[in-house]
Amino acid sequence: MSLALDSLLALLLVTLALRTVLAGAELSAIIGFISLGLVTALAWVKLGSIDVALTEAAIGSGATGFLLLTTEAALRRSRFVTAPRIDTPESDLAPQGEDPGSPAAGPALAAITAGAVAVTVAVALLTLPEPAPSLSAPVVAALPTVGVGNPVTGVLLAFRSLDTLLEKVVLLLALVGIWVIAARPARVADTVAVPAPPGPLLLLARVLPPVGTLVGLYLLWEGADAPGGAFQGGAVLASMWILAMLAGLAPLPRRDDRRLRLVVVAGAGLFLAVGFAGVPLAGHFLAFPATVAKPLIVAVEAAITLSVAATLALLVAGQMRRPGA
Amino acid sequence: MLADSLTMLLVLAGAVFFLAGAVGLARFPDPLSRMHALSKADNLGLGLIVAGLLLQAPDWRTALKLLGIWLLAQLSAAAVTQLVAQAVVRRSARGAQTR
Repeated sequence: MSLALDSLLALLLVTLALRTVLAGAELSAIIGFISLGLVTALAWVKLGSIDVALTEAAIGSGATGFLLLTTEAALRRSRFVTAPRIDTPESDLAPQGEDPGSPAAGPALAAITAGAVAVTVAVALLTLPEPAPSLSAPVVAALPTVGVGNPVTGVLLAFRSLDTLLEKVVLLLALVGIWVIAARPARVADTVAVPAPPGPLLLLARVLPPVGTLVGLYLLWEGADAPGGAFQGGAVLASMWILAMLAGLAPLPRRDDRRLRLVVVAGAGLFLAVGFAGVPLAGHFLAFPATVAKPLIVAVEAAITLSVAATLALLVAGQMRRPGA
Repeated sequence: MLADSLTMLLVLAGAVFFLAGAVGLARFPDPLSRMHALSKADNLGLGLIVAGLLLQAPDWRTALKLLGIWLLAQLSAAAVTQLVAQAVVRRSARGAQTR
């Protein structure tokens, strides 16, 4: 029974991926990509990795999908930046769509590379010895020393905390990169706010944020002992802010807002501070003294949640208000 | 035993509504009627599945969470359906104008 369900899910994934890649219009491809993210989250749940499923649904499908949709809309608008008049004869219009000069070698090469990677991973997985080598037993055995019940949180914030710290810095660098590239003054049409927000959007933006904030904080708190955590909670909080910005109920962030920048840096900053404090207190960088391990982890996670929420929202919101605007 | 068979019945009924919604999505001629079919899946289909799962909930907290999920899904589905329908009507009105 489980095999039938798994095969169905795998078939769905492959079909959806093909549909996304072979879609004619960009909008169909983006919608296919978003649905692919959601079905992948289902696959992760089937594999037992609920934390990864939550992150896939929130970031891989949600945030990335939103970015792709707004980009596609902006590109579509810019193609008509000198809008053709209705009576312009067809032959005078600039050619839309594919540039006929670009070769098909690019997509073919990508397809071959992706196929080769898939085959390699499949062969590697299927030829693993039984039982497959894994570190889950030592991790679960060492969890009580850290004080959390969720092994994923233990790995992310205690055993491999250096990786998480570097991820937060990478997120910060991504935001800085986008700010540098998008430095030209924004037209109002480029911002994420909808010009005349329709009634249902206003309803969603009024009803969902309180519930969503609660869910985000709940995900953060439960992440210590159950699937969840800082990243997932932060993603939910970010989406609530974005929703409010979309409907015009929250002001767009200002480019020179110092408190916002402080929040964005707080996660990586606190993590670094705790890491350096571990040198005198517990022996080396990022070591937690055993008695305060759990409170420290919770504090760092809270800071990371706020930072991730602010960073994701700023990444996705794109253009901000100019100082004084 | 009774709870288990009731759960299976309710979840099966919910799945039937989901199937009906999917068939409607594939077969109806225009976007507005397709959304009408989809909304059946969201409200009744999900509601029946949640009702079936409620019988299996170990405590009242899980039951409340299940109900909360159903209500949130209904709210967002209803709002999104309205937004898409407004966009469809706007586009068809614009198309009629330029003709």
